[in-house]
Amino acid sequence: MALFQPGGTLDPQEFQMSDTTFHPDGVVTPIPVREILPWLIFGALMLLAIYFVGAEEGATAIVPGMYVHEWVHDSRHLLGFPCH
Amino acid sequence: MVRTLLIRGMLVGFLAGLLVFGFARVFGEPQVDRAIAFETAMDDARIKADAARGIHDAAEPELVSRPMQASYGLLTGVMVYGTAFGGLFALVFAFANGRLVALGPRAVSGLLGLLGFVAFYLVPNLKYPANPPSVGHPDTIGLRTELYVVMMALSIAAMVAAVMLCRRLAFRYGAWSAATIAAASYIAAVAVAAWALPAIDEVPGDFPAVVLWNFRTDSFGMQLLLWTTLGLGFGVLTGRADADRGRRSMRQISAAWR
Repeated sequence: MALFQPGGTLDPQEFQMSDTTFHPDGVVTPIPVREILPWLIFGALMLLAIYFVGAEEGATAIVPGMYVHEWVHDSRHLLGFPCH
Repeated sequence: MVRTLLIRGMLVGFLAGLLVFGFARVFGEPQVDRAIAFETAMDDARIKADAARGIHDAAEPELVSRPMQASYGLLTGVMVYGTAFGGLFALVFAFANGRLVALGPRAVSGLLGLLGFVAFYLVPNLKYPANPPSVGHPDTIGLRTELYVVMMALSIAAMVAAVMLCRRLAFRYGAWSAATIAAASYIAAVAVAAWALPAIDEVPGDFPAVVLWNFRTDSFGMQLLLWTTLGLGFGVLTGRADADRGRRSMRQISAAWR
């Protein structure tokens, strides 16, 4: 494998951008947005999970009753959400 | 790539949740118990007064016992919360890494941890602080939740705007000045929001001040622990994966010279 061509110039066939990561903590190439977008569905699931800890059966309710509210009661108070 | 980051984020969030649970058990729960003791004393006094006037209050049914709330209930809540925020953190990191600042993944992760703590917890809680049981009327729960969500949304929006402003200004004025201007803009924006939104004061007059103070500092400590673990823990794992890739490409390049 010859990274450099005779005469000292970089061989474009061999040279790849990832080879420039000399520094262990160097700046990386950003992940394309279209690659991130489909994963945002998981972001919505995360928000739903936070909603269940923070507000379910308080201001609004998806599940009837008070069981979810009572079960996560202490964490809801301590994590800073309004309760009661 | 995004999949790896997401799993890593949720894993770090899960571990952060465990730490936060330990912290909450030791520091937070005694304050919750003291607040509930205050609440019980108030209720007992009211029931006694009502009984003297011939009114008999129906006792509230206990769905989940106190020991369960303070152990498995608390564990469930903070684990779900930690894991979910770990996942969200990873998605934001996936977008921010290589776009936000000219820094490596560890620094980007640490910075996101700091900004996340300020935008998601610190600022919304300066306006609407965490309250122990028996502080807050059940009738106003809708209003209080709405205001809290609005304050949090404004804080997050202001933070996103400030970061974008910082990026824009950095080209002209340099990173340090740009960050200073952006921070000042964020503070100004959330100060206006906090001034415009209505105040809520529902602390009973005779509620012990020390319990309220300790409860709020414990809540602060839990969130600080969570966001520090997310920012630094996620950075360590991502930085290490990145360093491995760096060493591999170093080997490739040195092989090319042989």
